[in-house]
Amino acid sequence: MGWFKKTKEIAANRKVNIPEGLWIKCDSCKEIIYKKEIQRNLQVCPKCNYHFRISSLERINLITDEGTFIEIDSDLTTTNPLNFSDTISYKDRLEINKKKTSLKEAAIYGDATINGRAVSLAVLEFSFMGGSMGAVVGEKIARATERALDKGIPLITISSSGGARMQEGMFSLMQMAKVSAAIARLKETDTLYVSILADPTFGGVTASFAMLGDVIIAEPKSLIGFAGPRVIERTIKQQLPKDFQRAEFLLEHGMIDLIVGRKELKNTIHRLIELFMPYKQEEGSFP
Amino acid sequence: MSHYLEFERPLEDLENRIEALRRLSTNEMESDIEPDEVNRLEKKAKELRSEIFSGLTRWQKTLMARHPERPYTLDYINMIVKDFVELHGDRRFGDDPAIVGGIGRISGISMFIIGHQKGRSMKERIFRNFGQSNPEGYRKALRLMKLAERFKKPVVTFIDTSGAFPGIGAEERGQAEAIATNLMEISRLKIPIIAIVIGEGGSGGALALSVGDRLYMLEHSIYSVISPEGCAAILWKKGGEPVTDNFSRAADALKLTANDLKAFKIIDGIISEPPGGAHRDPKAMAKRIADYITKALDVLQETDPVKLIEERYRRLRKIGSLTQTGPQ
Ligand SMILES: [Zn+2]
Repeated sequence: MGWFKKTKEIAANRKVNIPEGLWIKCDSCKEIIYKKEIQRNLQVCPKCNYHFRISSLERINLITDEGTFIEIDSDLTTTNPLNFSDTISYKDRLEINKKKTSLKEAAIYGDATINGRAVSLAVLEFSFMGGSMGAVVGEKIARATERALDKGIPLITISSSGGARMQEGMFSLMQMAKVSAAIARLKETDTLYVSILADPTFGGVTASFAMLGDVIIAEPKSLIGFAGPRVIERTIKQQLPKDFQRAEFLLEHGMIDLIVGRKELKNTIHRLIELFMPYKQEEGSFP
Repeated sequence: MSHYLEFERPLEDLENRIEALRRLSTNEMESDIEPDEVNRLEKKAKELRSEIFSGLTRWQKTLMARHPERPYTLDYINMIVKDFVELHGDRRFGDDPAIVGGIGRISGISMFIIGHQKGRSMKERIFRNFGQSNPEGYRKALRLMKLAERFKKPVVTFIDTSGAFPGIGAEERGQAEAIATNLMEISRLKIPIIAIVIGEGGSGGALALSVGDRLYMLEHSIYSVISPEGCAAILWKKGGEPVTDNFSRAADALKLTANDLKAFKIIDGIISEPPGGAHRDPKAMAKRIADYITKALDVLQETDPVKLIEERYRRLRKIGSLTQTGPQ
């Protein structure tokens, strides 16, 4: 068991691009930092507060009460309707990503509690085909949303994605409309939707459920946008402003509510759930 | 016609000769000798057109969808909408010329018509930002659709864009939020909405005007999650093949034609184009579009609004092509 845990840790580290060895260079401030120090700090750089990319499972552990998350519909798979193939077939690419991440798709959803409060939680996995939204991801987000609606519990999503999944063509694009329509129904009720954006969140994910939260929270310094910075640079042939598409830039332009660090995330979500709770369900007396 | 795509070129000489003869026969008194020759050439051109355009590859269809002479939204509005009043602005930041919208009558029914607008001359293309909308365009479209809902008017959208504009201002003003909000809010509007892809359906920027009760595509239009060029650039960066080969390969892989998407049940119908494409007979094309709109409205206008949006949700909800293997 001890051995198993260790290999898991190494695998997780590789996912966030931390090189082997005791010391690592921070992607943001370029300082050399003792790796254990970063690990102890929830994969956050102690020098500059850069939030290293972490896996969906680590994100689930970060915000839910221990052992409460129960995954639903893990067995959903695409039928590969386009029979897409590039340098390798889409089927093979999926298999490679399954092996690489030990996950079945780029999204995982289920029930959990946050400081005792039940939520419907969906999390994207960036290391699985760039967290791209194909039919499975879209279906899971839609089902998580419908579950929140049916049970009257808050919907929480954590996004990190390059956008739509090209290998599923128009099936992928239409997922944007599908999940947005599901959220539209949620918004006719008093069920809270908190959307958390992690580095990076782009394209069809930003242009659908990720930007539709009643409250939108981003991790510090995460890159968030519609078009990728290189596409923009190539189109307008101009240099992009400093910190363009960073969480701080989005906050300044009124696109998100809050920037919250990993250490504060769980308690912030919990506080919002309590505060948005309909009066009749609120515990305690009216002040 | 003044612009011929490579695969249209066999028609160039024929069509030019027919046009020249026609001009002669109307201007001069030689009409007694010419009709036979015109008829002979017309017959030949007709055969050639059907040969060329019935066998277009997906990449050729992409080029047809972007044909510089293809009718745009305002062309169709001019041909089929009576008493059109264009309405401007999103009431938040500006008026986006890349999306036009307004109210007018089609077959006597007053409705809102909204669509992407490309430009034809270089000056107009720049003014229309090549049909690539900023957030203001999507917000204007949503404002007009909400107006339509208040006054219980149906909405028709014409889709023709290579995509939402990738720019600094677009990002600053919330391009993603604008598209997402359209997708969300349009899904609940209690009025019939008919979306028609008339040219290029480019990704999220096209999708933002596509949510509705019917989605049709013109025969030679395309709809794709990414352009064939963009797809090819991602997948086949290396290698010495000619680039257009990769575009063709990407277009085939993406399955972006009206036929593909009808087979996938992502669209409801294909509006066939006149022989040789919409640009060879814009009036005939416009009439077919108007017919489709009125026919669809006959059904949708009779549907209870609550049922209408439930059905709209059901239609979107089932798009997926998934299997569930059951617990393991
Ligand atoms: Zn750092």
